[in-house]
Amino acid sequence: MSEMSRLFVGLMAVLVTASLVAGILSWRSPKPLSSTLVNLNVRIRAWWVMIAAMSIAFLFGEGGVIILFALVSFAALREYVTLTHTRRSDHWVLLGMFLVIVPLQYYLVWIDWYGLYSIFIPVYCFLAMPALTALWGDTSRFLERISEQQWGIMLSVYCISHVPALVTLDIPGNNGRGLLLIAFLIATVQGSDVLQYIFGKLFGKHRISPNVSPSKTWEGLIGGILSASLLGAGLFWLTPFSPVEAGALAALACIMGFLGGLVASAIKRDRGVKDWGHMIEGHGGMLDRTDSLVFAAPVFFHIIRYAWT
Amino acid sequence: MLTFDHKALSQSLFGAFLAGLSRAITGVIPIWVGSAPSERQRIYFANHASHGDFILLSSCLRPEDRARTRAVAGADYWRKGRLRRFLSGYLLRTVLVERNWVERSQDPMAVMLDALERGESLIFFPEGTRNMTEEPILRFRSGLYNLAAARPDVELVPCWIENMSRVLPKGAFLPVPLLCRVIFGAPIALTPGEDRKDFLHRAQNALLGLRSQTNGEQE
Repeated sequence: MSEMSRLFVGLMAVLVTASLVAGILSWRSPKPLSSTLVNLNVRIRAWWVMIAAMSIAFLFGEGGVIILFALVSFAALREYVTLTHTRRSDHWVLLGMFLVIVPLQYYLVWIDWYGLYSIFIPVYCFLAMPALTALWGDTSRFLERISEQQWGIMLSVYCISHVPALVTLDIPGNNGRGLLLIAFLIATVQGSDVLQYIFGKLFGKHRISPNVSPSKTWEGLIGGILSASLLGAGLFWLTPFSPVEAGALAALACIMGFLGGLVASAIKRDRGVKDWGHMIEGHGGMLDRTDSLVFAAPVFFHIIRYAWT
Repeated sequence: MLTFDHKALSQSLFGAFLAGLSRAITGVIPIWVGSAPSERQRIYFANHASHGDFILLSSCLRPEDRARTRAVAGADYWRKGRLRRFLSGYLLRTVLVERNWVERSQDPMAVMLDALERGESLIFFPEGTRNMTEEPILRFRSGLYNLAAARPDVELVPCWIENMSRVLPKGAFLPVPLLCRVIFGAPIALTPGEDRKDFLHRAQNALLGLRSQTNGEQE
């Protein structure tokens, strides 16, 4: 059985177990169900949909995964820009973010042009977007507007594009196994989110930063990251790494993922919203689900690029 | 005689297409806080800042309700040019009212009451024009009061449209994808003896009250 099929069977087993456990819990607890349990059921159902979407993308190979993440970027950027201050004069720059920058960035990943996709947004868009805004002549809250645009494009396009960009890495002895590396990153980072949630719900007492996020606890963080690192070590067969290396990289990705979630919570707190959107039932918006991946992907990418290629 | 009603078919197909398109671009969800989807005859009155407003609002209605709901729009705009005439008359079935006092040939009230008489629901923008100011809402014109007085049996549902003016601002042709919501409030009705000004003020506040229930929107 190929590695991808093994991973798929493993995921199905986890999902079926999760659905069974949630079903038994719901069946045995008093009605009406507590909001936590209702939310758990909805979350698990959404996971089925997300895993289905990802499986379809992986079936189509590299192109499928690139298109999937271009759509993820689109949805994430839309949620982000909705919460920022925009003015009528920003119309063309905003359109350019959605219609030019997103497709172009993923096209550059597709043609494997590392020299450009790694600087296209942080150099060219960084300079072009404020220049266009200035040419338009509307200086009201100028700094705020251009900074928010920059941050949005970095967060939802540049960072997320490093997930599919993993296939472009030429790791000796890992030819044709780039998709497995992506699967490894997603499985450990998303697994870490789920494990942090479970450990937090079961043992969570001491809040890490009550001002930013009431649901993040030290117990959840430590339990989640330790178990997700073990998960990463156990999934080493997806990667060119030894079990110890895989565990260490998973730990790094999960810590980055935690920080991503924390930053995303701070932005939501600042804007007075609970969720980024309502796209994924029970989870919130696309950015609620991918905030950890946003921070993990570029660091994971560059560590591997530095140490293994 | 049994004839193939190509007009009704193209209208419902076009309506479904627009609803799908506006959902794909804005991810719009209806939020029913004071009322629920219903087959009752209604006037949905909403804030107006973008040409996309009535498309967004009707995409929040159930297909069967959407089929019986027509938007009230300015004839001066929608009768200009063949494409607009085709869109408003054939595909969108807008109720066109002449806003210009001096030159008008049809009484706007008569046109709207006519549609209500046929059992149709209306989407109505009581500000009378698109709001291009920084204010959240413009002063309501008398139209809403006249409709409420003439047809007390029709429910007046306030609908706050959020973000559409950022998606498709004035003069823009391509929409920027941003998340939108439409918040449907509790119906209001004219109380006996209430005068025009008081009623319009109350209606305006009912609409603005929905705005504070929104989150995420700046300003």
